[in-house]
Amino acid sequence: MKIHEYQAKELFEEFGIPVLGGKVAETAEEAVKIAEGLKAPYVIKAQVHSGGRGKAGGVKLVNTLEEAREASEKILGMTLITHQTGPEGKLVRKVLVTEAAEVAKEYYFAMTVDRDTGKLALIASSEGGMEIEQVSKESPEKILTEKIDASVGLRDYHLRYLADKLGIKDVKGFIKTGLGMYKLFYAKDCSLVEINPLAELKDGTIVALDSKINFDDNALFRHPEIEAMRDPAEEDPRELEAKAYDLNYVSLGGNVGCLVNGAGLAMATMDMIHAVGAVPANFLDVGGGATAEKVTRAFEIILSDKDVKCIFVNIFGGIIKCDMIAEGLITAAKTMNLQIPVVARLEGTNVEEGKRMMRESGLNILPASSMREGAEMCAKIVKEAA
Amino acid sequence: MAILINKDTRVIVQGMTGSQGTFHTEKMLEYGTKVVAGVTPGKGGQTHLGVPVFNTVREAKEATDANASIIFVPAKFAAASIIEAAEAGLPLIVCIAEGIPVLDMMKVREYLKDKDVTLIGPNCPGLSTVGECKLGIMPGNIHIPGHIGVVSRSGTLTYESVSQLTALGLGQTTAVGIGGDPVKCFTFKDALKLFEQDPDTYGVLMIGEIGGADEEEAARMLRDGEFTKPLAAFIGGATAPPGKRMGHAGAIISGNSGTAAGKQKALKEAGASVAMTPDQMGNAMKDALERAGILEKCLG
Repeated sequence: MKIHEYQAKELFEEFGIPVLGGKVAETAEEAVKIAEGLKAPYVIKAQVHSGGRGKAGGVKLVNTLEEAREASEKILGMTLITHQTGPEGKLVRKVLVTEAAEVAKEYYFAMTVDRDTGKLALIASSEGGMEIEQVSKESPEKILTEKIDASVGLRDYHLRYLADKLGIKDVKGFIKTGLGMYKLFYAKDCSLVEINPLAELKDGTIVALDSKINFDDNALFRHPEIEAMRDPAEEDPRELEAKAYDLNYVSLGGNVGCLVNGAGLAMATMDMIHAVGAVPANFLDVGGGATAEKVTRAFEIILSDKDVKCIFVNIFGGIIKCDMIAEGLITAAKTMNLQIPVVARLEGTNVEEGKRMMRESGLNILPASSMREGAEMCAKIVKEAA
Repeated sequence: MAILINKDTRVIVQGMTGSQGTFHTEKMLEYGTKVVAGVTPGKGGQTHLGVPVFNTVREAKEATDANASIIFVPAKFAAASIIEAAEAGLPLIVCIAEGIPVLDMMKVREYLKDKDVTLIGPNCPGLSTVGECKLGIMPGNIHIPGHIGVVSRSGTLTYESVSQLTALGLGQTTAVGIGGDPVKCFTFKDALKLFEQDPDTYGVLMIGEIGGADEEEAARMLRDGEFTKPLAAFIGGATAPPGKRMGHAGAIISGNSGTAAGKQKALKEAGASVAMTPDQMGNAMKDALERAGILEKCLG
């Protein structure tokens, strides 16, 4: 789960990480009120879940309260199109009003889980402000990594070492930042706490200018306060609905809807569809225990995407009986008055019975005998529909 | 021979009296697995599916001399159940639960670091040694006995690959689902080490996916001669968009790392046969065996 920059800033304040003064506003009037309490010049920043906001015109540096009002009026309500939002862009509903910093040097500092060791990893670089992936590609020697043993925990000396290697003068501020991030990471079950840039101001002090926090979805059950920070306007409505029914759905933009059991098979299915020259509309995992009810919900979500021209059902039943899945498919197709063809590849117990039920249902459900055959049938259908 | 489990494995089922536990214990018993005890706190002294139930893993172990445990408790409590099984001295623990918080798994891994315990999972289908013992939730009927080891990060893709092998007449020794979570203890590396030592396993089919660097580590073992048998592989998620979690918590591309292309390249360069589409997993195995000149030995 992701949150807004202003929410991350509030969490940073709570955990003692140095940030610039400022607050979030929903109207230009509120923005001016906030600016009145700050030192000029000010920065007005659009609050949407996307990088590249500055380039898209969503960040403005202003010198007076009147300019702050004008910039806020302009940004609030605009549709911001960045390289991450897609061509439809994102509507800006809130702006963050902060003081402008006089930056002398920018660093990168993040904490995440190192999968290979299962330890917390600190990643720091003197090359702040740019994407860390780019730094790792161009100058990997400028990235410092420190892995923290859970039985020891993060200590001052780990941070002093990094500060010295990076050439940071405000060591005290850096330690405060590091310890705050560490506390935040464990207190809120984060999967990433990233500060980029971590700025050294002209007066030498360290401050977190921009940040990104990701949370572990598996741990949200014990963090209702984080769940409450979720902004539904920022999420794909179909992904949200799927979540409510305990289904894993990801929009992919194509026209072959997919309904699969198991994440691995669901990924393989979208690979297979690409391999035969079509594009999947979605990734959808109905879970190992696919029930008729879940199949119906999954159909509803897939069909709410109007680009979908056919649906590929790929179920490796195993323990689940194929006739039960077929029954779920037929019921869903009937109750929803399904207009588009469904290609179904079922494998597992009672597969012949399942195929017979589909053939005799009188519905537009076409049985396929393998994953490749099913994908090829779908590719043909969408080609003819185009 | 096979790896990890066989007909003599004596199993405790943690969470046996729940609906998942009951369903899959029945299936494991049908398969022939020696389920010797169940554990559900508060239900000690009862009998369920003809198996005695205990309040704690330690009591179950003391009474039955079990040497493996499979965990069917909800994700919230699963990390604690793993620790309980490890403390009771069980050398093999299989955790099926999906959705354990990463920080909890980091603690489990730290605790198990110096213990002589093999933890398979979490978020996995378990494992089966064909015709002898099933310790998991996979269908039993898709396997035929033979000489191919299977190891996979995905459940349903394990079934898919096993059924492709079976259709080609390539029987299996043991199929292990290692799970789709980012933090786990038993990785491809551990599976390959065990398959390397097993005289009955002649070749291995490995089903990886995007995210992490486990597949690259397997490629390194092949290249450096730590794994010497024919290896075939498939990497799921080649067409996944970066930065999106594809169902499995571990299946996410961050930046340039964890891509399918990188993994495929590393494996090919190390000498593995790589299936580029999921319908070719069985054929890739066949190809690897053919190149090693042992296909005949593995058929029928």
